[in-house]
Amino acid sequence: MTPARAGKTIAHFARAAARAAATTAARAATARAADGARGDARGMKRALILSGAGGSARAKRALILLLAAAGVAGCGERADVVVGSKKFTESVVLGDIAAQLVDAAGLEVEHRRELGGTRILWSALLAGEIDVYPEYTGTLREEILAGEATEGRAGLEQALARRGIRMTAPLGFNDSYAIGMREEVAEKLGIRTLSDLARRPEVVLGLSHEFMDRDDGWPSLKRRYHVAEREVRGLDHDLAYRALASGSIQATDLYTTDPQIKHYRLRVLEDDLHHFPPYDAVFLYRADLDPRAVAALGRLAGRVSGDEMIGMNARAMIDKVEEPVVAADFLMSDLGVSVEVETESRAGRILARTREHLILVLVSLLAAVLVSVPLGVVCARRPRVGQVVLGVVEAVQTIPSMALLVLLIPLLGIGALPALAAMFLYSLLPIVRSTATGLADVPPSLRESAAALGLPAGARLRLVELPIASRAILAGIKTSAVWNVAIATIGALIGAGGYGQPILTGIRLDDTALILEGAIPAAAMALALRGLFEIVERLVVPRGLRLRAAV
Amino acid sequence: MVVTYGAQRALGPIDLEVPSGRRTVLIGPSGCGKSTLLRVLNGLVSPSAGTVRFDGAEVTPGSALAVRRRMGYVIQDGGLFPHLTARRNAALMARWLGRPAREVEARIEELADLVRLPRELLDRFPAQLSGGQRQRVSLMRALMLDPEVLLLDEPMGALDPIIRYELQEDLRAAFDKLGKTLVLVTHDIAEAWHFGHDLVLIRDGRIVQQGSLDDMVREPADPFVTRFLNAQRSPVTQ
Repeated sequence: MTPARAGKTIAHFARAAARAAATTAARAATARAADGARGDARGMKRALILSGAGGSARAKRALILLLAAAGVAGCGERADVVVGSKKFTESVVLGDIAAQLVDAAGLEVEHRRELGGTRILWSALLAGEIDVYPEYTGTLREEILAGEATEGRAGLEQALARRGIRMTAPLGFNDSYAIGMREEVAEKLGIRTLSDLARRPEVVLGLSHEFMDRDDGWPSLKRRYHVAEREVRGLDHDLAYRALASGSIQATDLYTTDPQIKHYRLRVLEDDLHHFPPYDAVFLYRADLDPRAVAALGRLAGRVSGDEMIGMNARAMIDKVEEPVVAADFLMSDLGVSVEVETESRAGRILARTREHLILVLVSLLAAVLVSVPLGVVCARRPRVGQVVLGVVEAVQTIPSMALLVLLIPLLGIGALPALAAMFLYSLLPIVRSTATGLADVPPSLRESAAALGLPAGARLRLVELPIASRAILAGIKTSAVWNVAIATIGALIGAGGYGQPILTGIRLDDTALILEGAIPAAAMALALRGLFEIVERLVVPRGLRLRAAV
Repeated sequence: MVVTYGAQRALGPIDLEVPSGRRTVLIGPSGCGKSTLLRVLNGLVSPSAGTVRFDGAEVTPGSALAVRRRMGYVIQDGGLFPHLTARRNAALMARWLGRPAREVEARIEELADLVRLPRELLDRFPAQLSGGQRQRVSLMRALMLDPEVLLLDEPMGALDPIIRYELQEDLRAAFDKLGKTLVLVTHDIAEAWHFGHDLVLIRDGRIVQQGSLDDMVREPADPFVTRFLNAQRSPVTQ
């Protein structure tokens, strides 16, 4: 490339970017058309939200199209059935089982795994972002529908039906609170039930802090079983298993499907007086779910025993077998359903994550550039308006990223879109500020010279002022790009994928290698983007500005 | 014509006619308003009262752009755009107006010869040129559209004496050849005498005296005229 060609103005760059955006948007529009009524409704919602973002009408339209394009690029066309799961292992395994069964029934299915907690899944189901997810009857009664009459299965079903939600028959296991002891200790002391335990005051109890505090925990358990006053140690749930193994405590509270029960060879004491409410696992699904999918899920009724669930949790959490494999093995052995599981190689996984991450970073950055540079121009031209614009953009910057994501979920749902919106919002400040500063720093004599030539204001901006400010503007864009790489990792919490996914899974499974599988490429991507910007700077910042002093 | 900044009157009342085809020099001490007066002429500064007429028509914010294309403008440090080469600085306006590239190129080479700028310097950036060379490029840019009027605001104010002398000689030769209407702002009597047909001495935003240098020396309208001329007399000529 000759120096003359390299000395392009930023306007050229912007034009090329706009062309690319238009192409993407056109493709997106085609894809959306095929997406049907639901897609249209979602598109409308986006447009409404974005109309508050400010900037010129053209920039706003471009942003809407970009975000729409990103929505399509991020999640592809919507599958027939979308299964969701919470961010703990059992939920992910159940989600995989459901997804594979529906797939075997000949429907196109997508599993959006590890989507955070109950609130996110429930609102996603109500909003139609997902069609199915595993839930527990106890959670429904105590948390989601708390305060409503949900007596018996019929009561629960009626409360759900009022919201357009249905529930499968129980899968067959109950993931509730329980008290566990080491098998040999329990055997030696002859303890099988909680009533047995209540009669043996010499057994040392170590209970999790949460269990000791909860109404349905230790206080009511003690009353129910008439346990005599005794010393109880409070300790962390994860440490309780080690304390049991070392013998410093002899009984603790646990979740009945914890894989550690098997790992540490614990006996779960029978709740013979039925103190704990049942937390029967079921699938919740939307009333409009395809009947073939409903039939497929129906095959699981009563088929997953507690022992089987514990075994599957153990394989996933302790033996580090991937959840889809665990799910497929279960379907094969229990239902005789043969499912082909494509386990991705590490390299393939990293590649897919890189693609997702890169799309998040680049799309949000591009949208931010298209909006921020004009906003920066407004700031430089109209200082009073600029103060307001900068104030708003700064205020956005101070919202913690988790809070911003949670705020965006009701508006944009889950997945790539709210993540993109958050990253877009965070990218604004550095670019708006650097554009405003860069333009303000153009020497008055040059501005006057451009005016004296008889160039109209628009041409002065495009041919003189923006090129002279290009270096400052690019520095702002670079800052935003690097921040975006970091912020994008948080997007995994709301199903946006990217490098945050292995980090999240790694934390859940206590797997350092998996955490690094996300953290190292993220750092590499930040460095690579820095390098890329060095090159872009050579192309975009005119050579005359990079020369030092006069000869 | 009057220019005010807030409550403060910066210029005027002034009534001045710049005759076509003549070289008018605005002189006066720093801050007297001579540069402001120059910028009023091409509409960079709008008078708060009164009117500016160019070629019979009033200069308004609406007509300023068209008027500026008929007036070349050169400022003290040249005002060259650092991101463009000398050639592209000079060509910017013509290219923007969509003039054919070949025509623009020919004009640039013609102007380079006129202002005595070596052609090999045309592809350098302003940062790679000396002060005198930058002023020559700036003049090329001002002359690009073959304007009827040239406005020069202390174009040689920041140059070393020798370079300044050479440039003064070359520009005088160029102006003699072009015969354009010229308005030059300077505080240097010698430069005013070198270039100007008519001198306009300005003090505190008002015209003190207008005429040739000889008139000012022989018949000063005000003691200030003599004082200003004497303060600037060169020791060599004394």
